Parts: sequence; C-alpha cells; structure tokens
Amino acid sequence: MIDPVFASRVQFALTTIVHIVFPVMSMGLAPFLVYFTWKDIRTGKPIYEQLRRFWTQIFAVSFVVGTVTGIVLEFEFGTNFAAFSMTAGELFGGPLALEGMMAFMLEATFLGIFVFGRERVGNVLYMCSAIAVGLGTWLSALWILIANSWMQTPRGYELATENGRTIVQLVDPVAAYANPRFPWMFVHMQNAAVESVALFMAGLGAYFVFRHYVWGYPVEHIGFWETTLKFGLLALLITAPLQVLHGDLYARHVVETQPQKFAAMEAVWETDSYVPEYIVAFPTSIQELLDPRAKDIFGIGIPGGASWLASGGDPQATIQGLEEFGGPQPPVAIVFWAFRLMVALGFWFILLAVWGGYRWWRGELLADDLLHKALMISTPLGIFAVELGWVVTEVGRQPWLIQDVLRTSEGVSTGLTAVEATTTLAGFVVVYLGLLALYTYVVVRLIRAGPPKVEGPELDGAGTPASEVQADD
Amino acid sequence: MTDPVSLATDPLFGLPLADLWFGLLFCIFATFLFLDGFDFGVGALFATREDADEREQLLSAIGPFWDGNEVWLVVFGGAMFAAFPAVYANLFSRHYLLLFAILGALILRGLAPEMYEQRHDEAWQRWWGRAFVIGSLTAPFFLGMFTANWLLGATTIVTLPGVVVGSAVVALTVVDGVAFLRLKTRGDLRESLQTDGYRALVAYLVLVVVTLGYVYGAVPAMRSALFSAPVAALVLATLVLAGVYAAATQADRYYVAFGATAGLVFALVGIVAGLMYPAIDRAGGLTVETAIVSTLPLNLMSIGAAILLPLIFVYFVVLYSAFSGPVRAGESY
Repeated sequence: MIDPVFASRVQFALTTIVHIVFPVMSMGLAPFLVYFTWKDIRTGKPIYEQLRRFWTQIFAVSFVVGTVTGIVLEFEFGTNFAAFSMTAGELFGGPLALEGMMAFMLEATFLGIFVFGRERVGNVLYMCSAIAVGLGTWLSALWILIANSWMQTPRGYELATENGRTIVQLVDPVAAYANPRFPWMFVHMQNAAVESVALFMAGLGAYFVFRHYVWGYPVEHIGFWETTLKFGLLALLITAPLQVLHGDLYARHVVETQPQKFAAMEAVWETDSYVPEYIVAFPTSIQELLDPRAKDIFGIGIPGGASWLASGGDPQATIQGLEEFGGPQPPVAIVFWAFRLMVALGFWFILLAVWGGYRWWRGELLADDLLHKALMISTPLGIFAVELGWVVTEVGRQPWLIQDVLRTSEGVSTGLTAVEATTTLAGFVVVYLGLLALYTYVVVRLIRAGPPKVEGPELDGAGTPASEVQADD
Repeated sequence: MTDPVSLATDPLFGLPLADLWFGLLFCIFATFLFLDGFDFGVGALFATREDADEREQLLSAIGPFWDGNEVWLVVFGGAMFAAFPAVYANLFSRHYLLLFAILGALILRGLAPEMYEQRHDEAWQRWWGRAFVIGSLTAPFFLGMFTANWLLGATTIVTLPGVVVGSAVVALTVVDGVAFLRLKTRGDLRESLQTDGYRALVAYLVLVVVTLGYVYGAVPAMRSALFSAPVAALVLATLVLAGVYAAATQADRYYVAFGATAGLVFALVGIVAGLMYPAIDRAGGLTVETAIVSTLPLNLMSIGAAILLPLIFVYFVVLYSAFSGPVRAGESY
C-alpha cells in the first residue's frame, strides 16, 4: 500500500496533468470560434461555416472531457487535502465558488446553444452564445489562477487560531486576490493556450497540405486545411514571441517572490554571483540527469546569463542558492529539466512562426515540405510545453503548498488511510489515462472525417497538387 | 451600502447569513438533483428501450442540457467550500471512497453519450449504451447514499439507510426523467413512458416511507425534528405532489407533472435539511453556527451569490426556451 501523503500528491498531479489538456484546447479555441462565428454570420462564406462547425466539434469534445475530469478537482481538495481546506478554506473556497457561478455556468449553458442550437436561434443570440462560451472559458481561468497564484504569493491574510488549529484568515480581499503572481500567471497561461491551439491548427493544416501537394494523395476540402494552416501560423506569429518575452519578465518576478523555486529552476545550490545560463545543457551521466548542479553541468552557458535573467540586466547579480533555504528542497532535477525543455520549445515555436511566416510571404507555404514536417511534429508540442510550465510552477514550489505558510505534507487529509488512497490512485491511473486515450481517439476520428460539407462553392486549394504536376510531366 | 470596515465585522444588512447559506446550499443541491435528475432518469430509461431511433431521441432530449445541469454540483461543492470550509474538508475526506464513486459514475454518465454518438456500429453502441445506463443509475444511487450518511453521521460506506435512500433517489430520478421526456417526445414513446413513471413513483413513495420509519425507529435524536412543522409539512407535500403528478400524467398535463416532480425533489432535500438542522456535520460535531466561515468572506460571497444566481437563472431560461418543444431530427450530438 502506498503512503497516503505520497498517493495524494501523485493523484492530484495526475488529475491536473490530464485535466489541463482540455481547458487549454477550449480556452485556446475560444477566440478562434468567436471570430469564425462572426465571419460566418457576416459574410455567409462556406469556408467560415466549415471552420466554425469543424472546430466547434473539437471544442465540444474537449469541453465534455474537461467537465468530467475537472469536477473531480473541485472535490479533491476536500477528499485528499482536508487539512489544507480547513486551513485555507476561507481564502481558497471563495474563488472556486465564484468560478462555478460566474464562469462554468456561463460556459455550460451557452455551450448547449452554441453546439446544438444553430437552427433553433437567431443570429444575434447565436453570436452571443459564442461570446458567452468563450468568455466563460477565460473567466474560469481567471478564478482558478487567482486561487493558484494566491498559494504561490499569499497576501491579504493573517494567521489566527481557531479551535486549536492555525487557520488563514482573510483580511484584505483585494491584496489576496490581486496578489503579485496573478497577472503574470494569467497572461502566460492564456497566451500559452492560444499558442498551443495555433500549433495544433498549423500542424493539422500542414499534414493535409503535405499529403495533397507533396505526397500527391488528393485531400478533400484542401482549401479548408490551407486556411486552417494560415490561421494557425498567423496566431503563432503573434503568440510565440510574446510568450518568450513575457516568460523572461515572469522569471524575474519568480526570483523576487519565490527565490527557492528560481534556484531549483537553475539548479544553483550555493549562493553565487555571475551565474551562467545554460541554454543548452546535456546530462553526460545518469548522475547529472537525476541530480543536476549548475556548477558541474555540461552545456553551453552564457556567462552571467542566469544572473542577468534574475536581475533584469546585471550579469554580476547574486543568486541565492538552494542551500540557503532550510528544510526539504524541491525535486531539483524535475524542475531544472522541465524549465529547460519548456524554454527550448518556446524558442522552437518562434523559429517555426518566423519560418512559416517567411514562406507564406514568399508564396511558398504549400511547397516547403520540411516546414510541413516541422509543423506536423509540433502539433501537440504546445500542450506539452504547457504541461512543462505547470511542472516548473507546481513542483518548483515544493515543499510548500502555500508558500512559507503550509507544507504540502501538512495539507493532506489526516484520516486518509493507505488502503483508501491506494485504491483511488489505482482507479485514477486507469480512468484518467483511459480518458486521455479516448479523447485522442475521438479527436483523430473527427480530423479524419474532416470538415462538414456545406452549401455553396467551397474554397479551392491555392496551389497545384503534386498528382497533377506528375501527370503533366 | 455597508462600508468596508463593517463588512469585515458585521453581517451584511444584519442578515442571519449562516442560516441563509445553509438554506442556499440545500437549494443548490435540490436544483442539481432536479435538473441533473432527469438526465439520470433518461439514462435509466435508456435501458428499457431497444429501438435505435427511440434511443437517439432520448440522447437528443438531454444533449444540450446535461452539462449545464451538472454544473450545479460544482456550484454546490464550491458554495460549501466557501461558506462551510470545515464541513467541506471533514465530510468529503470522511466519505472518501463514496465521493470518488460518485465522481466515477458521473464521468461514465457524461462520457458515454458523447462516445455513443461517435460511431454507429452495433458493438460500440451496445457497450457505450450500457456504460450510460450504469453511470446514470449509480450516480444518483451513490448520491443518495452519501446524503443519508451525511444526515445520519455514518462513518462507514454502506449503511442500511444509505442503500434505501440511494434507491429512493434512483426512483425519483426516473420519475423526473419520465416527466421531462413526456415534454420532449411525441407519439408512442411518450405514451409508453406513462407506466414507467407510475411504477417509479410508487417505488419512490414506499422507499421514502421506509426511510422516515427508520429515522423514527432508529434515530431517537431526530424524532422531534421529524414532527416539527417544516418537516411534517414537507412530508405531506410529498404525498400531495405525488397525487398531482399522477393526476397530471393521466390528464396529459405535461408541464404540471414536470412541475410536481420539481416539487418532489425540493421536498425531499428539504426534509433532509430540516432533519439535519442545526447540525451540518453530525459525525464531525459541527453545527451551522460553528462551521460558518468568518464574516468578511461570508459577506463577499453573499454579495457574489446575490448578483450571480439571478444571472444564472436567466442563462437557464434562455437555454431551455431555445430548445423548447419536442426533439427535432438531426439535433443529436
């Protein structure tokens, strides 16, 4: 039987790692769907109806799986982290309740109209439903991130004793909910969601364009896939540079508010100045992989880079090492490698955006098969980068559940038995991995089926299919 | 309005907020049970229909609604966390496995119709159809068990009153599902549902009587609450509403029957609340007064709820009026 504290940690991690995939899809798709719906209503062009209907199907599946995986989270604080819920319920319960009432209700009700109601309601109400659903997904993120960011940078509270236990008492709601971390998290997350969906769209579009123009298997609705590719690239051109620029500033904020996390991100054990930033680091042994140390790591380091990053321009700046913080450390290897991989992906996405944008500008978008392949491989990588980012955020804040207030090990339900925890953990592994597999299966089926046939002339492909090129030779 | 200083120390407008939130919590729970109840009922009735077209109609009837309905459970959890954090923590960690059983059943119920519609081969639909039925039967059953254990302060998972109340809630959701489907379908299907509704209603009444008998006999502490005016009135109301349901169903007054179902659900949840008050977690020794959150967050939540709940009501009116009348062909998933 597994220790209940460890099982609760793993179970919560698994729940969030699987769940986040679906909100990323729905939040990222939301602005696209609002735009497609608007253009469909205004222009009546078949391509916009296809875009709206196809991506609404993907949205609906993501939403349903997001609902069923997310409801569990709402209760898991009570089931597995009862001590935390008792301690911080006063601050933490409010945002969750408001998320349900303000955001989730808005999404879930108007989703019914948005998915099933095109024939039932007029244009105005339909457009309003699209906006309501989109707004709902973003408001949902707002409240969830308020709750999460408060745990990273707790403000506006006092510690009080109630019935012999220490609890967190709300004294300044504005300071608590508009805490320093919240705006950073919100911008980084929402931009990441749009970027992930942009990569998803561009990757799918590239796949069908590649099939049609490079391989020479005629693809139905090729005009639709070309347009999808272009929308994906356009959104990527905007979001990819923003994400890295913003991430750079965000890192400085982490230095100021959670120095222990930053030290783990850089694997700095001893306090030092002029710390290099290893943009490319290779583990040369298992030892380095499992226990990376900035001093010994093999890689290409920018001298003073980490200091520069931490201080916002001073390569001589001092970085506090992990050894300065008493008590348990976060698992440095996970945080260090996840951070590196996330940053590397961030730059890779910028490269893709620039590359694709250049080809598009030159009118060679449909011909560059290497670009197509690069985009195809990157289809799920945006979501993967989001996962890595959350790993840095959540593993990096360990051992703290609430920074400097409550340790994760102290937040677990005291009455929980090893048998109970092991049973549900086993169930979670089966059910959540099953859900992820089913979701993938359904999305792949929807993609294979392609966009719906609509009335009116469809958009033709802009290039010459490879099959015809060969036939002419 | 009250100024910020008194917001931190005095209840909003001097209202008895702890009691109001106790009432609100159960109203949210009843709304969930009534709305998602007909989704569960439709799932149970799904097992009794073989015809592919009829099955399609059942799924289409709840298609646009179930997700919104289920969100009431999320709001219930959130409201409890915000207003009674100690109850949220105690109750859900105590009924650990039961809670996950409920959540698992809800996953199955939510996922199955979506999957059912993805492919049209027979084996696939047979299995997902079964999953839908199982999820729709077990979710209300476990919810009923949880409610009984909560009320009676049980600390084990399976208890006799838990099983009885669980079965009663299943029967009630079938009554609910029938009333809803008679609004959304036409022809033979609608006619044939009548008998299902009567049977489920009788089963429900019997199980409620058994439950109340158990409380009277085995829980002396609740005997006086059982005969208190509100609880007695709600028990009486249950009988009257059951009569109204039967008469309205006989006379094909579909909306009246549906309304009577809502009344039955609210009466049941009201009886639970009436028997529980002033305790809110018997096993944990918590009362409404001791478990309520401090004044400042309570005031803020009250303002939030006062603004948002009427808005949510509007969303539901818009949603249900957009899909009023019978299911139309091609409206499925």
